[in-house]
Amino acid sequence: MKLLTGNDLATGDVIWWTGSGWSLHVGDAVDAGAEGEAILARESEARRVNAGYIIDAEQGANGPLPLHIKERIRASGPTVRADLAINTDIPIVRA
Amino acid sequence: MYRYDNYDQAMVDARVEEFRDQARRRLAGEMTEDQFKPLRLMNGLYLQLHAYMLRVAIPYGTLSGPQMRMLGQIARKYDKGYGHFTTRQNIQYNWIKLEDAADILADLASVEMHAIQTSGNCIRNISSDQYAGVAADEVTDPRPWAELLRQWSSFHPEFSYLPRKFKIAVIASAQDRAAMRLHDIGLELVKKDGVIGAKVFAGGGMGRTPMVAPEIRDFVTEDEIIAYVEACLRVYNRYGRRDNKYKARIKILVHELGVEEYRRQVEEEFAHMKTLGIDPPVAELDRIRSYFADPAYESGLSEEVNRSDPDFALWLDRNVVAHKQPGYAIANISLKPVGGIPGDATAEQIELMADLAERYSLDELRVTHAQNIVLPYVRKADLYALWKELDEAGLGAANLDRISDIIACPGLDYCSLANARSIPVAQKIATRFAGNGKEAAIGEMKLKISGCINACGHHHAGHIGILGVDRKGTENYQLLLGGSGAEDCSLGQITGPGFDENGIVDAVERVTDLYLAQRSEGERFLDTYRRLGMAPFKEAIYG
Amino acid sequence: MVDHLDFRNGAVSTETPVSIEEFLGASNATAVRIEPGEDARALLPHLDRLALVEVSFPVFGDGRGYSSARILREAGYQGELRASGDVLVDQLFAMRRSGFDSFAPNAPLDPAVVKASLERYADVYQKTVDGRRPVWAKRHEVA
Repeated sequence: MKLLTGNDLATGDVIWWTGSGWSLHVGDAVDAGAEGEAILARESEARRVNAGYIIDAEQGANGPLPLHIKERIRASGPTVRADLAINTDIPIVRA
Repeated sequence: MYRYDNYDQAMVDARVEEFRDQARRRLAGEMTEDQFKPLRLMNGLYLQLHAYMLRVAIPYGTLSGPQMRMLGQIARKYDKGYGHFTTRQNIQYNWIKLEDAADILADLASVEMHAIQTSGNCIRNISSDQYAGVAADEVTDPRPWAELLRQWSSFHPEFSYLPRKFKIAVIASAQDRAAMRLHDIGLELVKKDGVIGAKVFAGGGMGRTPMVAPEIRDFVTEDEIIAYVEACLRVYNRYGRRDNKYKARIKILVHELGVEEYRRQVEEEFAHMKTLGIDPPVAELDRIRSYFADPAYESGLSEEVNRSDPDFALWLDRNVVAHKQPGYAIANISLKPVGGIPGDATAEQIELMADLAERYSLDELRVTHAQNIVLPYVRKADLYALWKELDEAGLGAANLDRISDIIACPGLDYCSLANARSIPVAQKIATRFAGNGKEAAIGEMKLKISGCINACGHHHAGHIGILGVDRKGTENYQLLLGGSGAEDCSLGQITGPGFDENGIVDAVERVTDLYLAQRSEGERFLDTYRRLGMAPFKEAIYG
Repeated sequence: MVDHLDFRNGAVSTETPVSIEEFLGASNATAVRIEPGEDARALLPHLDRLALVEVSFPVFGDGRGYSSARILREAGYQGELRASGDVLVDQLFAMRRSGFDSFAPNAPLDPAVVKASLERYADVYQKTVDGRRPVWAKRHEVA
């Protein structure tokens, strides 16, 4: 599956496309299918996302999980600062 | 230390307002991200893995207590309560909001600081020796030249869109504590026939094609340094490669042209530059120099230090180095507690270091390329009281230049360029060697970890270097041996196939065990490696 | 919004500039256009017959044109020096300091923003070709 991600323009927060808006939690993300580029173009133009891009993901136990470790760390927060985690239930290394 | 006059202050104030306007235009949609990106980068604002990151310059590594205190306040007010000191005498904040960025720059400007040109394809923060002005072995204090270069490079109209970033280091000792020859331009101030001038090196750097800078001129007098550096930059701006960002640094130009040809072109341009009157008068250098005059040292101070507390004695032996002035010492504060994040400090720790500087170090601090902090003016009589306070705040690690004093880039935990995490590897190595008790026996050891080939963690220059790579989607770590960023500058060699996170820790222990078994009297790890060569180490690692 | 900026009080060329190759050939042209990789110094023997040098910026991040401009001014070129192409408002200050006195940006510029960016810095640190006295000259009362 394909997820859309990027950052909030004003705050810089990592955000994920939910089908109707953007969430801080990758668990809320939805498969953008073939619509990714079109959605990103529209959302960037409206400044609802900054530096957006499309990533590959798979279905995990608690929702979508990015395939690549970099995106998993983006979704979870720095692995060396558990106190700052956005999501604590994301396996960083793919099983 | 240097203080802004009205001109300097007006310059940074104007910069804050310029950026405030640029950020406003971006937030209002008057600029695309592509247009905004180079502008925010020239103010040190990146879009990183988790958020915007702001990189603040600490010019040539010197700052005052009030400046340090402000760095702590910014960490608390705008970030998540901490900052990260980098290998280029900067501090980075990891969780910045674009809407706050101009306010942060205004707070910095209020204490004569800025984030100007801490990123982008321009001349970056000028770095220097953290012991400048207090080292017993220096020819002169290098910071006046560094400040002269800071002003010259700020908003330089010709060099704001170079082929790639450009880093300059200035030192003034035969001992190189600033990795000078791994910079795009390295200046070593020397005395020739009683006159101060600079020996110039160009084309050093790390990254994917590491190079040790060759000498391109043995002496430029102090009144022509700007013209000479400007000539070096112009040749680079015109002829540096722009077709491939991985070949765009000056080291590639110098390498492809050859040192002789690069030197010839620079000399030609220098001859022209000298006719333009672009060098400030020596009176300007003298004005700047007056700010770096020695403080009013107290005389008749005691040289005695009571070593009865063994933990203190250990710190004294490891972290305190000789000062040029009797009765004083240079105290290093390690930001490398075992199991901690190299270079990170909390807002409270930063503020405490500011207070300690005020009470014990004439209100001045330094930051080092090894991601530690220095108190440069401590009376020997105050060392014990200072250490007590550091130790209580978790800042008393006695490991300067030991195996747990690891340089590590932020790696994949924070950086969008990284391929692998650096910090967990640093934590595991430090913990392993704290547990096995071998750190003391190993002695001087510079271990440096980068999470990608860009080499922010200086892995090429580590006695032991570690490079994180992406191997089919998993983190993998290559081991390098034999690098040095000091006056005996050399580039590390890769041992062979890489390891996973636990494997690399084991490999480090195997090479240090071989060193302990094979070393001759007085040899550092690096010396033993250079004597024995790679083969026995390879054998020890891969069997 | 404006699509041309002129700091020459109207003394701007309407001639279409020719390539440097053509100019150095048999051409009688008085206007030339140089691309980022071309050597501005090749024009130095011909400065007295030039009314316009247009320096091309195909992408704003390619800064070779700043050196080209300064080299021409340092050699005494007095004619029109035009930056054309991907010229953005936040670059005008550095371009003016490098000797450009006219601008033909791809995208029109807001005159109010142009004015603000050009007037933002009351002082400068470097001596270039724009005649401004750097702060070191003011600090020490030298010319």
